[in-house]
Amino acid sequence: MSFPDPIAVFRTEAAELLEQIEAGLLDLNVNLGDKDQVDAVFRGLHTLKGSGAMFGFEALAAFTHHCETAFDRVRKGEVPATHALVTAVLEAKDHMRALVETPAGDHEAMSEALLANLRRAVDGSGDPAAAPAFAGPSQTLFKLRFSLPQNAMANGTNPLPLLDELRDLGTCRIVADRSSIPALDELVPTDLHIAWDVELLTSEPRSAIDDVFIFVMDDMELSVEEIAVAAQAPVVAAPARPATPAVAVETIASAPVTAAAAPASGDGKSAKANENVRVPAERLDELMDRVGELVIAQSRLSQLAGGSGDLTLRAVSEDVERLSGELRDTMMVLRMVPVTHLFSRFRRLVHDLANETGKRIELVTEGETTEVDKSVIERLADPLVHLVRNSCDHGLETADERLASGKTEAGHIHLSARQQAGEVIITIKDDGRGINKDRVRAKAEASGLIAANASLTDQELYQLIFQPGFSTASEVTNLSGRGVGMDVVKRTIDALRGTINVVSRPGEGSEISLAIPLTLAIIDGLLVRVGNGRYVIPLSAVEECLELSVEEDMRSRGRSFISLRDSLVPFLRLRDLFRTGTKPDQFQKVVVISTGSERVGLVVDQIIGDHQTVIKGMSKLHHDVATFSGATILGDGDVALILDVGHLVAEGQQQEAHLRAAG
Amino acid sequence: MNQTLKKLSEDQWQGRDELEVLTFEIAGETFALEAFIVQEILDLLPETSVPGAKAFVGAVINFRGKVIPLADIRLAFGMEATKPTIDSRIIVIEIEIDGEPVLAGIRTDKVNEVTTLLQSASEPPPSVGMRWRPDFINCLVKRGSEFIILPNLQVIFSAKHEHASAATPHG
Repeated sequence: MSFPDPIAVFRTEAAELLEQIEAGLLDLNVNLGDKDQVDAVFRGLHTLKGSGAMFGFEALAAFTHHCETAFDRVRKGEVPATHALVTAVLEAKDHMRALVETPAGDHEAMSEALLANLRRAVDGSGDPAAAPAFAGPSQTLFKLRFSLPQNAMANGTNPLPLLDELRDLGTCRIVADRSSIPALDELVPTDLHIAWDVELLTSEPRSAIDDVFIFVMDDMELSVEEIAVAAQAPVVAAPARPATPAVAVETIASAPVTAAAAPASGDGKSAKANENVRVPAERLDELMDRVGELVIAQSRLSQLAGGSGDLTLRAVSEDVERLSGELRDTMMVLRMVPVTHLFSRFRRLVHDLANETGKRIELVTEGETTEVDKSVIERLADPLVHLVRNSCDHGLETADERLASGKTEAGHIHLSARQQAGEVIITIKDDGRGINKDRVRAKAEASGLIAANASLTDQELYQLIFQPGFSTASEVTNLSGRGVGMDVVKRTIDALRGTINVVSRPGEGSEISLAIPLTLAIIDGLLVRVGNGRYVIPLSAVEECLELSVEEDMRSRGRSFISLRDSLVPFLRLRDLFRTGTKPDQFQKVVVISTGSERVGLVVDQIIGDHQTVIKGMSKLHHDVATFSGATILGDGDVALILDVGHLVAEGQQQEAHLRAAG
Repeated sequence: MNQTLKKLSEDQWQGRDELEVLTFEIAGETFALEAFIVQEILDLLPETSVPGAKAFVGAVINFRGKVIPLADIRLAFGMEATKPTIDSRIIVIEIEIDGEPVLAGIRTDKVNEVTTLLQSASEPPPSVGMRWRPDFINCLVKRGSEFIILPNLQVIFSAKHEHASAATPHG
């Protein structure tokens, strides 16, 4: 196994930190008194500075240092958190990203300007009411004992600066425990044998102590006891203070309040710290392949066991079957990630869009814990950006217009996700002016998309906005209106085998829902047999199955239609299309599928049944075969191909045109 | 033409004096592939034919949970199909096509051995006296009384084959 490039590792870590910082800042912007968020942002900046310096990103470390200092002052209650400060640090955060990505670039001027901005935001604010929670520090006595691993110094850790940092936190009494130092002739001078007992009286929270040890935390032993809280402060200050009840052996005075308030925030944080194990996606894919193999091997085992009379063998085989089934389910879940990640970036987008358009926009998100396959999430990001931009730019009116029509001054964008029967539904709802149907129609007629006076349902009309080059915006803004974007949405959602639904009420707003399959790795399929080959038809495309009556079969030499509840449905004989060269089964079956607006029947020899289909991509050597979207491995180890219904129908039409031309 | 062929065969050796190869037989001819591209040698597996694909890669197999194409170089060299025997094997190889690694199986009649070929015994494919497309062959290496063919898989896999599969609808 090769070691990953440390710089790349740092970049991934930095990207995550920057995201956390941004989320913290945006939360803080909503509630300026939220001390937990101040701490979170500070910790993020601190870590970024530290690891930046460690990996040689000097410019980043120096720049981040100033932001950290600013937040440190907020944290200590010296200056209040203000909107101006949050905006300044948000901008600085973007700059940090540039520093991470192109450390060699010329960033000096930008850094200077941003820092000047930051200084103004910190010093120039005169808004003392904003930070009532920070007033009146109370002092806590902590008793610490820590020891570093024996090889710590050899690995480049110097305990002295750690002790200095502890001293900076407050009044400190440090005692070295030298009991484990060996006799002189056994002493290795580069090893570390000393442990330290520290009594620290500080106004800082427990987390400040953790910050000191942040880079050595993994290997060291650290115990912290909170001995007493000296109640110098009013009780108001206490709730925001994250104490750790687990180690608080004795509490007096205002401590009960602290203990009661802490678990919610404290537990939430520790859970967050534990839940991330960074695994490259391709390893998950590999694991998935292995699990697939196991499932296939297992089904062969069950076949063998079923055929033998050995009861012990059968019992074992059943155990293996259950275990591999569970393993497969767990594997599926591993690939699922909550949409939080996706949604969190929209808070920033909306924040920026509000500034750009001068509108007041409030974003409400819901259902962030809904889980979707990772690859789906990644591909959803672009379409959602387009939709949210579109809502902000075209959907929402300006504040004046809103007030005039009796709405609240601030526009609302509601972003929600929920699961529903194997699909995830993502809805973008705004309370703006709604889609102007007449303008959509006029525009569509003008550009020749529909015939004049064509009768369309509202849904059909709304779907027109997803056509390439379609925009009803009379002016092109920086944000949208160029007519690109919405067709990207349509294309991406189609590729994800999803659907788009639009609801709009004039004057009240519009709602766009995207329904997307939970995973790209597995679909529900209908397994059919054509000649000797077995094929999977995606169940989402299947409308119904019926038998092709002998009369229809005979008659269809001249025409290939069946009448299905008074409408004519054309059909394709897959045996002809695939040239199976075998004798057809006596009773042919028809699987009626719908591709968009069309319904087409596919004639097959046998319908085998439902099949949970694990999709494998087709090889590059088969990229010219459009009829199949992928392949899957059946229980007996054979490969079945998955039909791409849209392409199949197109292929069938071509072939028929061919036949007509020939005959 | 001889110039380019000469160059091709030099590419295969890349200045090396020796090549470690796996030799195998197809329709009575001995072929060799560089050993490092060989992933695995398998017994024959159930095949699933892909309607509409080039006959040369007309089927897929399940290679330990992966679906990979099964190539029949016979068709590239216009050889007669032979019946599977007890010696028939599939060689799974990984080659780079357009910068991407691609796994594929190659159907063979018999797998012989891993051996070393000498550059000094290699010759570019003759431009006459051969019914195969010369660009499908990297070079011929003489060993004893026979010739070992080193096929150029990159060219073979990306070439357009005139004889499309009978299953092709347009065929």
